[in-house]
Amino acid sequence: MSPILPLVSYADLLRLTLPEIAVAVAGLVLLALDLTVLRQAALKLRFGVGALIACAGCLLSIGLLTHTAAPAGLPDGMLVITPVTVVVQIALLGLAVLTVLLSTSVEITRNVGEYLALILFATVAMMFLVATQNLLLIFVALEFLSLSLYVLTGFDKHSRQSAEAALKYFLFGGMSAGFLLFGMSLLYGVSGSIELPKIAAAVNGPALDPLLLVAIVMVAIGFGFKVAAAPFHLWAPDAYQGAPTVSAGFIASSSKVASFFIFAQVVTVGLATAAGNGAYRAYSPGWVPALCVIAALSMVVGNLAAIAQTSVRRLLAYSAIGHAGYMLLGLIAHSPRSQSALIYYVITYALASLGAFGVLGALEAEGVDKITDLAGLSRRAPGLSLCMLVFLLSLAGIPPLAGFFAKFYIFVAAVEAEPHLGLLWLVLLAVAMSAVSLYYYLRVLKQVYVAEGAPHAGAIRTPLVTRVTIWVLAALVVLLGCDPGWLLRWIGA
Amino acid sequence: MLAWTIYVSFIGALAARLSPTKGLARVVALLTAVVGLGIGLVTLNHWQPGDFLTVAQVPWIPQLGIEYHLAADGISLTLVLLTGIAATAGILFSWNIEKRTQEFFAFYLVLIGGVYGVFLSFDLFLLFMFYEIAIIPKYFLIAIWGSVPRGASGDAAGSQREYAAMKLALYSFAGSALVLAGMVAAWVASGGHSMSFDALAAFPFSAHVQMGLFPLVFVGFAVLAGMWPFHTWAPTGHAAAPTAASMLLAGVVLKLGAYGCLRVAMMLFPAGLDPWGFHLLGFGSWRDVFAVLALIGIVYGASVALVQRDFKFVIGYSSVSHMGFVLLGLMTLTQIGLDGAVLQMFSHGVIAGLLFAVVGRMVYDRTYTRDLNELGPMRLAHAIPFAAVTFTLAAMASIGLPGFSGFIAEFQVLLGTWRAFAWMIVVAGIGILIGIAFTWRALTKAFFGEPTPGAVEHALPPITFPEKLGALLLLASTLVVGLYPRILTDLILPSLNSQLFEGLRRGAWR
Repeated sequence: MSPILPLVSYADLLRLTLPEIAVAVAGLVLLALDLTVLRQAALKLRFGVGALIACAGCLLSIGLLTHTAAPAGLPDGMLVITPVTVVVQIALLGLAVLTVLLSTSVEITRNVGEYLALILFATVAMMFLVATQNLLLIFVALEFLSLSLYVLTGFDKHSRQSAEAALKYFLFGGMSAGFLLFGMSLLYGVSGSIELPKIAAAVNGPALDPLLLVAIVMVAIGFGFKVAAAPFHLWAPDAYQGAPTVSAGFIASSSKVASFFIFAQVVTVGLATAAGNGAYRAYSPGWVPALCVIAALSMVVGNLAAIAQTSVRRLLAYSAIGHAGYMLLGLIAHSPRSQSALIYYVITYALASLGAFGVLGALEAEGVDKITDLAGLSRRAPGLSLCMLVFLLSLAGIPPLAGFFAKFYIFVAAVEAEPHLGLLWLVLLAVAMSAVSLYYYLRVLKQVYVAEGAPHAGAIRTPLVTRVTIWVLAALVVLLGCDPGWLLRWIGA
Repeated sequence: MLAWTIYVSFIGALAARLSPTKGLARVVALLTAVVGLGIGLVTLNHWQPGDFLTVAQVPWIPQLGIEYHLAADGISLTLVLLTGIAATAGILFSWNIEKRTQEFFAFYLVLIGGVYGVFLSFDLFLLFMFYEIAIIPKYFLIAIWGSVPRGASGDAAGSQREYAAMKLALYSFAGSALVLAGMVAAWVASGGHSMSFDALAAFPFSAHVQMGLFPLVFVGFAVLAGMWPFHTWAPTGHAAAPTAASMLLAGVVLKLGAYGCLRVAMMLFPAGLDPWGFHLLGFGSWRDVFAVLALIGIVYGASVALVQRDFKFVIGYSSVSHMGFVLLGLMTLTQIGLDGAVLQMFSHGVIAGLLFAVVGRMVYDRTYTRDLNELGPMRLAHAIPFAAVTFTLAAMASIGLPGFSGFIAEFQVLLGTWRAFAWMIVVAGIGILIGIAFTWRALTKAFFGEPTPGAVEHALPPITFPEKLGALLLLASTLVVGLYPRILTDLILPSLNSQLFEGLRRGAWR
């Protein structure tokens, strides 16, 4: 009889999780420093030192990751390190650095240490999330991530909206965790394993167990909440609107990358043999048709609801729901090409979306909430406006920005996946909806560039760090759009 | 060297945006446009009939087989020349822009760079990229600097501009969405190795695929070519745009669509033009369908232009009518018809530019009205005789009098139509007659109206030097091509007979 828990070499464990440990230690150090030495220091200094430590931890971790010998792993799929997971982890760390830099100038809180540490802890959770194929670890890491995000959402204690957003996010998130756990337990019951490849091997067969179908639906619902796909999207607009701007940007960027990656792992690795088919005239049950429905709904609901929004952040939230629909195309296609297409999409989406929230964050002092509050921005802050143009047009999928190639690539992967252009119906819907999306992005840009602002509004001053970070994000969006081959080489296309 | 038309435009855009003074921005923009035109002319000078010039061909996204492939055949070069002429003239006619001048020229030059890119791309993905780059500047040019008819002011004027701008942007983007879908499907159907035109044109797509993709891509591009019933963005957009943008929109951007129809839809999916094998409402193929739509466009555009009170709308609808000839020429699938279609793209580009320049800049910027009934009593023929002479010449070119480029272009299209669909020539002829009528009406009403007794004649500012220069440039272009059409037909005809159009020739070519 084999032992229930396999033997794990602690030396291996330590070696392989060193990048995660570096980030976690950085988080603890800055928490401790902020509570002791810097207790009485000025807010600016505390943010400066905290950000420095956080960035150092992340950069150290990136350095360690580039020297990781992939592939490697621990038994039971607890840790599965491949070149792709390394790239995604590096991307997550990069996003964390940018998020930290963006948050330095935002004066939402006096609890600097906790705020920055939570960003780092969430990043650690996401790093574990992408590097595991074990249901237990997936769940634990996902909950660790969610808890950090709930707190980050509710961090602005002076704002009722922030508290409301956190509560809504928490209630929906808790419920989704329930669904997910239920689905996972059913999966374990059906297959007798918690390791994704073994589950796939156990559920082999064309006729699917009804219990397995229930498990698939539960898992789809659980992850659907996490990635804010319709019809499980209701928390997103409130959370995006109420949360402190940088937290919202973090939720929209990093957590999206990690959640989508693990969602893809669970369905394409764990349920590889229960895919089914959603192609036109070739339907068979499985998770693919279920995701086709969710994807179609997300695209339609997200993009159409975004048209009616008057708040910029709610608009971005609904656009995120629409984008979740496009990203699901990458899961539905479940081919090697679609995996790299999905990763390219989520990473470039994260950059553009974090950038857009970064710009909104820089305008926080102006009290920007409604779209019309942005009127005349191009004359008050030409640089920020140009960056906003880049981010929003990238989200709309206008070349030569990264969002365009991302869309093209994921559409190509989806059409290619089925013979006889079977998934063309879904891609046509996606293309149509992306034409709709230009309308609402242009509505925002119209205010920025066309509308006349208040007559005597002066120039907007932005702290240097924020400005540089936003410019870096914009430059990345442009560069990745002009030379997509660079990132594609890394994510193994 | 031809690739520098693109780069210079984008660099010029940046330089114009960063110019400290308005005057410098103008000069930078003019220089940029002149350099673009110069590069085109130098290339023309060295061009031998049948040449094919590969400008750049390097792997760009090797994972998908996408290349950075710029090249030019005679058709591309014709349109590059047109872009150079229209861009230069457009800048000369927008010399008086005072509002956010630097930004105006920046957006304008980005648009021009995108247009050059489309005409020079020989990779489908690259072409599409430049095609979409051109959309966004159009929106801002109209929304920020657009002109509106008298009576609308303040918020109403703003919302009218924004309506026209948004309509234009969304129509363009919806059209390009169709093209995107077709492009994705074509890439997958061809095995996903290359997006280069030579590779795709040589790939044997199944008749089934071509039959499905051809209408998708053709309609996608035809939206931007102003094909009836997808034309409604064109008159509102052109009328609301600032003069230089109307000149560029009508002169060049409409041709992007027509060029796409020819270069992508027809060249890559020629079997889509074959008969369906059955008849539906009298239509036997996509070719019949689009020919009839083009014909409706010719007559409908001209008829609507006949009853407009707004001078700019007259010109706007005339564009719909003249673009109908381009599409009709394409659908004839005869050598002479296609040649005429490409020539008409050039000819209409120059003439429409001239008409919009007179209406938008010479007349509207002085009288602040576009209402034909109000313009009549002003006796513009006396007040600004240069404008009257220019418009008269432009009108003659527009109705296709011999000696101007419009004649040779429309004549060829009609010859082709006679061979392909003999009965249509009657309807097209009626369209031409209505065209003469609305042009005559606009000409007499606007410039040679009866003075109201007792009215004081207002002195209008004289025509400035840049305006005269721009008008002469455009007039010279239409005259040169009208008197010596070989200068362009020597470019176009050998290209139509090249390997790239092999599929089209093997099909229904007559």
